[in-house]
Amino acid sequence: MSTHPSSYEPRSGVAKWMDERLPVARLMHGQFVDFPTPRNLNYLWTFGGILTFVLGVQLLTGIVLAMHYVPSAGGAFDSIEHIRRDVNYGWLLRNLHAVGASMFFFAVYVHIFRGLYYGSYKAPREVLWIIGVIIYLVMMATAFLGYTLPWGQMSFWGATVITNFFSAIPLVGESVVQWLWGGYAVSGVTLNRFYSLHYLLPFVLVGLVALHIWALHVTGQNNPTGIEPQTRSDTVPMSPYAISKDMFALAVFIILFAWFVFFMPDYLGHADNYNQANPLVTPSHIVPEWYFLPFYAILRAVPSKLGGVVAMVGAIAILVFVPWLDTSRVRSTKYRPLYFWFFWAFVFTCLALGYLGAKPAEGVYVTWARVFTFYYFAHFLIVMPIVGVIETPTGMPRSISDDVLGKGNGGSALSPATAAAAAEKR
Amino acid sequence: MVTIRKNFGVLLAAGLLAVTAQAAPAAEAVQIERQSWPFAGFFGTFDRAQLQRGYQVYTEVCASCHELKRIHYRNLAQEGGPEFPADAVAALAAAAEVQDGPNDEGKMFKRPGRLSDPLPTLYANEQEARSIHNGAYPPDLSLMARARNAENVAPWFIHPFLMLRDIAVGYQEGGADYLHALLTGYEETPPEGVEVMEGMNYNTAFPGHQIAMVNPFGGGDGQVTYADGTRPTVENYARDVAAFLSWTADPRLEERKRIGWMVILYLVITAGLLYAGKKRLWSRLGGH
Amino acid sequence: MSSHAEEPTRRDFLTIAGTAFAAVGGAMALWPFIAQMNPDASTQALASVEIDLTPVKAGQAITVMWRGKPVFIRNRTPEEIEKAAATPVGELPDPESDLQRVKKGRENWLVLVGICTHLGCIPKGQSLADMKGDYGGWFCPCHGSHYDLSGRIRKGPAPRNLEVPAYEFVEDTKIRIG
Repeated sequence: MSTHPSSYEPRSGVAKWMDERLPVARLMHGQFVDFPTPRNLNYLWTFGGILTFVLGVQLLTGIVLAMHYVPSAGGAFDSIEHIRRDVNYGWLLRNLHAVGASMFFFAVYVHIFRGLYYGSYKAPREVLWIIGVIIYLVMMATAFLGYTLPWGQMSFWGATVITNFFSAIPLVGESVVQWLWGGYAVSGVTLNRFYSLHYLLPFVLVGLVALHIWALHVTGQNNPTGIEPQTRSDTVPMSPYAISKDMFALAVFIILFAWFVFFMPDYLGHADNYNQANPLVTPSHIVPEWYFLPFYAILRAVPSKLGGVVAMVGAIAILVFVPWLDTSRVRSTKYRPLYFWFFWAFVFTCLALGYLGAKPAEGVYVTWARVFTFYYFAHFLIVMPIVGVIETPTGMPRSISDDVLGKGNGGSALSPATAAAAAEKR
Repeated sequence: MVTIRKNFGVLLAAGLLAVTAQAAPAAEAVQIERQSWPFAGFFGTFDRAQLQRGYQVYTEVCASCHELKRIHYRNLAQEGGPEFPADAVAALAAAAEVQDGPNDEGKMFKRPGRLSDPLPTLYANEQEARSIHNGAYPPDLSLMARARNAENVAPWFIHPFLMLRDIAVGYQEGGADYLHALLTGYEETPPEGVEVMEGMNYNTAFPGHQIAMVNPFGGGDGQVTYADGTRPTVENYARDVAAFLSWTADPRLEERKRIGWMVILYLVITAGLLYAGKKRLWSRLGGH
Repeated sequence: MSSHAEEPTRRDFLTIAGTAFAAVGGAMALWPFIAQMNPDASTQALASVEIDLTPVKAGQAITVMWRGKPVFIRNRTPEEIEKAAATPVGELPDPESDLQRVKKGRENWLVLVGICTHLGCIPKGQSLADMKGDYGGWFCPCHGSHYDLSGRIRKGPAPRNLEVPAYEFVEDTKIRIG
């Protein structure tokens, strides 16, 4: 991990004894107490801690729900109702888990867009970013598997539609889908294996998150200026400064979380999932959970089965290449007057795709979905490489301290060479 | 420039959750009129008398075709529900015949119901129900108020604001609104140009407007006699039974909101303290 | 952090109050995770069960289930009752008279939770072929506890007599347990 000097001093004999044998406390102290964090981090940087918290909540509530859940086609739906009605605080645990999934994605989207805005994927943080994309993928898989478990109408038909993606694979598609199903359609057999995998993947997530934090602590955090800390005055110790900020932000986030859990637990879900799965009746309008809607819109925008699936997978896979698609010499969009507008156009595109994903795939909705799908990919493949080259960054401060103290942010244009030098300097 | 950017960002970020937060209306969306319910909003609780009337309407009208199999007799007496007196519910349960067994001879037998028994079932299975009702299946009503919803019908640029409004007021009564609209939405003569199929009935709220269920309140006002002096109108029947079904679908609603307020209050205080502590800590650094 | 000395009380108060609030809230939030393992509402509702005693002849015993536990019901013969009643209470490990363990006027009916008070095994003695222990009642094969004809512990490691559940006669030949 990063090689800043640790100020850890074992205070007691036991601590000293332990430190000489297994210096866990020293490691924790170095990484989470006196770890240097840029002093100018804004509240968008608190979402890493928030995400860790939500992962913990999902694990805890999930393990507890598994004590009451029955993973069978005949028992799943009834067991969820049993949890909602009869288990002590079952309604609370179930709401926490269901709303928690939405909160997880909300926080991860803020986290991803923060990374995109401030160029947190740029060298030397490419590996950190790519691990993040993998985490996002595993999250999506976990959420999808989990959504089938209540065995409502949306669970069943969502599982049917998503697993059918694999049938788009040439030659072996049908066999792959039957292998996934363990039959010739989604059934209780499928439910049982999905349950097993839904229990497994969160622990994979924990491992990936550990790697993510490790990679983060090797390079140190990016910050709103995108300039690496140069002197001691550019950073503050993680504890108590960054921690106190994280704690406050977490408390505010939990208020939002609690708002949905206690007052509108079903708002983020779909009413159709309170109808038990019926293999003979497809709901008139199948939609995924809100956090998948943009990708669902991309899927339906392409008028070919294989093409749609490829586009949808590509929309996520393309994130892996962002560190190399962005040619800009500065990290932070704060100092990129042209890219600024493209960034927000991209945000709007994602929201628009989300809206269109919830609409029926017909008429004008499909046309717009195609327009926005085109822009989604154009943003990465055209805008990022070109704007980075033609744009002149403005208003870069010389250091984090200068930015905090209000120096050097007068809007004067730096030469690209100076800006690049400032960004690269370690 | 900087402030414009900042506000722009905040505005979009605030919309992020809201805009994508809810699934869209079905292909043929019907605007369902929102009603005011005693159990709506952050402080809403069920009106016991209304739930009791709703139960009466259910048993006298709906129960001839629809089951309510997730409700047990004990639920009728439990806190946060209609709260009928426990001994009255026990007597009600005892009046019902419940199949139990097998006994020592391996035979199933009938016994008087107990508090732990579910309300009586009508059909052995869905096939039997369909064969009785000319192919139509009267669904179980336990979860109906959660399994239906009333969607916002508005142009795309209005949607984010409607969603933010719904989140701000805690709107969760779409199911009750739909049931009320459905039960009061029967029309004996369909609008001109609409052909209603044999065995179907015209309903303004039902998607597609053709529903197999006959108007349950075809007897009009006075079909059910209320003991508590509430006016016996179809409007009241629909409202009361929709409220009752909202309870059957979400029997922990009152406990949930009660604990919710304590949690929110605690969180606001904690957030305030943490913010003050954070501000105090950071003030030592200067700058920000 | 040289300015640590300035206004330490206020800083300390705010930080401590905030941290303490968060910690107490976190601890309270654990309660639902613990309480969810307690018997749920549907299990609690299954509290009572009714049993018809007509087929149980004198000297016979039946085992019924109540709340997932076996309940021994024994129709004792007059000799057995006499023997149980004659036992000197003072010498017992868990002193209880036979009358305290049956309903007055229906001393022939002995109703017991059939779980050894030692470590929860089910004692032998219900069927005629079973070992009944040194005192003619029940014998727990796990660790050798002997119970007498009133279900009282007489010999072995069990600390208490077999539990008598709450029950009542709803009719002459019908009891309700729970």
